[in-house]
Amino acid sequence: MADIRYLAPQSLDEAIGAFAAAGSAARILAGGTDLLVQMRSGVVKPGVIVDIKKIAEMTAIKEGADGSFVIGAAASGMALYEHPRFGKVWPGVLEGINLIGSKQVQGRASPGGNLMNGSPAGDSVPAMIAAGAIVTVQGPNGRRELKVEDVPAGPGRTNLKPGEILVSFKLPSRPSGSSDAYLRMIPRTEMDIAVVGIGVSLTIKDGVCTAARVGLGAVAPTALLVEAAGKALVGSKLDDAALEKAAEACRAACRPIDDKRGTIAYRIKTAGVLLKRTTAIAAKRATGK
Amino acid sequence: MNLVTNNKWIGQRTIRPDGMDKVTGRAQFAADTTMPGMIWGKVLRSPHPHARIRSIDTSKAEKLPGVKAVVTSKDIVDFPIDKGAVMLGIQDMRWMCRNVMARDKALFPGHPVAAVAATTEAIAAEACKLIEVDYEVLPWSIEIEDAIKPDASVLHEFNKWEGKPSNIAGRLEHKKGDIAEGFKQADVVIERTFTTRPVHQGYIEPHACLISVAPDGKTTIWSSSQGQFMVRAMTSMLTGIPQSDIRAIPAEIGGGFGGKTIVYLEPVATMLAKKSGRPVKMVMTREEVMRATGPTSGSRSTVKIGAKKDGTIVAAHGTFYLQAGAFPGSPIRGAAGCSFTPYDIPNLLSEGFDVCSNRSKVAAYRAPGAPIGAYAVECVMDEVAEALKMDPLDFRLKNAAKEGTKAAHGPTFPRIGYIETVEAAKNSPHYAAPLGKGPAGTLRGRGVASGFWFNAGGESSAQVNITEDGNVVVTTGHPDIGGSRAGIANICAELLGIDYKRVSVIIGDTQTIGFSNLTGGSRVLFASAMVVTQSAEKVIQTLRERAAKIWNIDPEAVKWDQGAAHPVSPNAGQFEPLTLKELAEKAPAMGGPIGAGVQLNTAGADGGFGTHVCDVEIDTDLGIARVIRYTAVQDVGRAIHPGYVEGQLQGGVAQGIGWALNEEYIYNKDGKVDNPGFLDYRMPVCSDLPMIDCIMVEVPNPKHPQGVKGVGEVPLVPVMAAVASAIYNALGIRFYSLPMSPPKISAALDANVKQAAE
Ligand SMILES: Cc1cc2nc3c(=O)[nH]c(=O)nc-3n(C[C@H](O)[C@H](O)[C@H](O)COP(=O)(O)OP(=O)(O)OC[C@H]3O[C@@H](n4cnc5c(N)ncnc54)[C@H](O)[C@@H]3O)c2cc1C
Repeated sequence: MADIRYLAPQSLDEAIGAFAAAGSAARILAGGTDLLVQMRSGVVKPGVIVDIKKIAEMTAIKEGADGSFVIGAAASGMALYEHPRFGKVWPGVLEGINLIGSKQVQGRASPGGNLMNGSPAGDSVPAMIAAGAIVTVQGPNGRRELKVEDVPAGPGRTNLKPGEILVSFKLPSRPSGSSDAYLRMIPRTEMDIAVVGIGVSLTIKDGVCTAARVGLGAVAPTALLVEAAGKALVGSKLDDAALEKAAEACRAACRPIDDKRGTIAYRIKTAGVLLKRTTAIAAKRATGK
Repeated sequence: MNLVTNNKWIGQRTIRPDGMDKVTGRAQFAADTTMPGMIWGKVLRSPHPHARIRSIDTSKAEKLPGVKAVVTSKDIVDFPIDKGAVMLGIQDMRWMCRNVMARDKALFPGHPVAAVAATTEAIAAEACKLIEVDYEVLPWSIEIEDAIKPDASVLHEFNKWEGKPSNIAGRLEHKKGDIAEGFKQADVVIERTFTTRPVHQGYIEPHACLISVAPDGKTTIWSSSQGQFMVRAMTSMLTGIPQSDIRAIPAEIGGGFGGKTIVYLEPVATMLAKKSGRPVKMVMTREEVMRATGPTSGSRSTVKIGAKKDGTIVAAHGTFYLQAGAFPGSPIRGAAGCSFTPYDIPNLLSEGFDVCSNRSKVAAYRAPGAPIGAYAVECVMDEVAEALKMDPLDFRLKNAAKEGTKAAHGPTFPRIGYIETVEAAKNSPHYAAPLGKGPAGTLRGRGVASGFWFNAGGESSAQVNITEDGNVVVTTGHPDIGGSRAGIANICAELLGIDYKRVSVIIGDTQTIGFSNLTGGSRVLFASAMVVTQSAEKVIQTLRERAAKIWNIDPEAVKWDQGAAHPVSPNAGQFEPLTLKELAEKAPAMGGPIGAGVQLNTAGADGGFGTHVCDVEIDTDLGIARVIRYTAVQDVGRAIHPGYVEGQLQGGVAQGIGWALNEEYIYNKDGKVDNPGFLDYRMPVCSDLPMIDCIMVEVPNPKHPQGVKGVGEVPLVPVMAAVASAIYNALGIRFYSLPMSPPKISAALDANVKQAAE
């Protein structure tokens, strides 16, 4: 029944100061599409809320001269959708982000919130992992960088230290002939939670796959980088044998549970099916066909 | 029969009277009402599926600052179990008093055990946690097969089956001929067992109410329900306040589908309001709705059908076990009574068993029981047709019930429209169209199924008043959940010969309009059109008398036409017509206000039949079935407002597709619902469904002034079987359990591949 203090600082330093000072009772607010739902259902009861959307860096979307992108952790799905270039370069990452919720939710939901919420089923996370995104975090002890796949620690938990805020995602530049894709399996057509989600990012040169990364979601306590799947694709012409090998790597990486959202057998099988489908889409985009 | 021909308004898609309010967010639903001094009520619910309540200590909660009242079963009127049934409609008050507040035992997780009213919702919730309940936890069962085991833990010891305490609370049978003899004549006999899961009505608006009890006992209830009179009567019986002191005001309703035909909160909030002296508001969370309000039954059915080579069905036997939940009263009547009714079967035995188990008390859901039974019967019909190498619609036509057929549940049918629905389905563009091929990795299939629902009449009251400026206000007593206001406006405009916009239709509260039974059983337009028609006819009679008085001629010499009184012929006299407006203006001088009310226990409701055609496309790698085309054909009697009738058909189909493919209650190992929200309780969203085509067959009901038949429930009845048969047609695999969710379809496809390999 305690009151909640709401803060909306204009600078990152201020935000970090307030966040660190409030300790474990504080929560960062980006779009609030997870946080407010959790507060309403009584799962979290923050004493202090630090809204980060007023901080310019947190919502900025910048394309570097080398073709890399830096996106603020609190940029909304809709802002990314409307960006003239982002979706052309990272169609799979955009797909993952834009699959979150509905139009209304897209106006608020952010990739930072999706990652920091710590759900193994977060839709943007496998695509970010496939993209090789690096995140910048800042806390009372300054800035540091982490690979995106190193952020989640388990359901609802991350490896950020107390007082640290996720600032931005950096998506590297890639050679021409590169693209990505994200697919998820849900029983319905929308407004549902992924039973399995897969992001694939790859580069194709003269018909041969020269680089590939695969991110896999909803089949283990955290979203995973499936290195073996990427390796199976690299050097191949994405022929059936290579695809089957990559699919097998995805199936092998699964450590799912039987629950109301799907059986173990179904999740494992689906991981393989989706690997093939997602790779096909990414390849088509990469080769412009 | 007095069928209006050349209609101007009946059959028109007029703008719905509630439309503007709903699309602009102005409509007042139950949770939208507030009062000065209002406080909040919250319910403490049992965490256990089955437990004896040894004691409840509320003292700590009562001491919490902000708490104004605490209620337990001591505050609710007891209807002792051993004193016999006290029925209100289909509800036994012995069960209702225990369902709104557990007495000696908690019977499902979510069962209310106490309630608190406090100055804020948060304090009320906090106080609930301070209530100490001493439970003796008991063994429990939820699934039918567990509940009917001889050693199952019994919910109600007094309930005996074959001489012993049991969870089987009742049996019903419909019988015709001799099935043993009948099956002997059969060339093909198919018997299958089916299971279905509990599914929730899924109304968007949670249960909510605001209740004020004045110091003199006068009680006002604002709540959303399918019957303000039901709310008044049940609240009265459970609180001891006489009905004359309770004014139940119906809010706009955000969906009910049968689930709002009983009360949960109103008696509790009334007692909290009475004890605290403050108006009390209660609003359920979605989780409370999912845990503690009635989903329909889970079921286990066995159906056996025998037919001769020429396609004649000679015998059928159906056994339907339905979960009642915590208290007796599952809808076995619908399952056993409706499922075989589309067919003329000489030897038939249809049995229903009512099974109590430790889940929330079942509540009505759109044609209660009938979709469960039809799923089993129609799937077997499909298999028999296949075995006979007959088109499934031809097989149905061969055995179709028609005028003169005696239904096993009693009636000998008058002129009915079942055959017309099958023929319309057969002749539909959908049935004629090739299935076509989907993208690589998909398979398509088509299925058909039929269904029946009783429909109902019963008590209705109406008042038709002419305003001083010559317009019309109609008041009826039924919450409008399916378009009854629009239908009534069309009928009134037609009868009075005036523009539809001049008729305003409102729903009265319990103290301003006469008793009107629940909105349920697809009865409302049938019944209220009767009382409104008779009221309007009385008004027209008055108008003719007024004109006759003004013209100084005989009332018989005046006719009412196009909204005005005219002399019947030039012989009667040469007068300018007197319009409704003119007669209303002259009313004070000519005899006073113009209006009439009629109250009836209506009879003559005819049952409804539907036949559906469904196409599915299945992603064979992932096991996802999508409905890609759907046509619902139904005998609708007379479509007073075709847009609303189609809305009913489409809504029923949408719910059935959800039931068929994804919806289900999932219980965890502790007997608690594991998916009490719309994220994991997967009702279809818009993009899951194709545009659902409707074909309305009109075989008017001769016993109704406009030919109306109920239309709201039939459209859910055939759906699951149509979807199941379509999936079979696509995959060659029959599923005998619902839902046919992706993991289940995928596992069956894998098993097939494995089998083929062996
Ligand atoms: C109707 C609906 C549908 C949804 N559908 C989907 C879906 O399809 N797929 C899906 O993946 N998710 C879905 N979600 C969940 C949610 O929308 C997403 O996870 C979204 O990305 C969260 O972003 P946000 O900005 O709203 O996060 P918030 O709710 O603001 O934050 C989420 C969590 O992360 C923390 N946090 C946020 N930003 C930072 C930061 N920069 N640094 C440190 N901590 C931070 C917050 O404190 C909080 O704990 C849905 C939610 C709703 C309500």
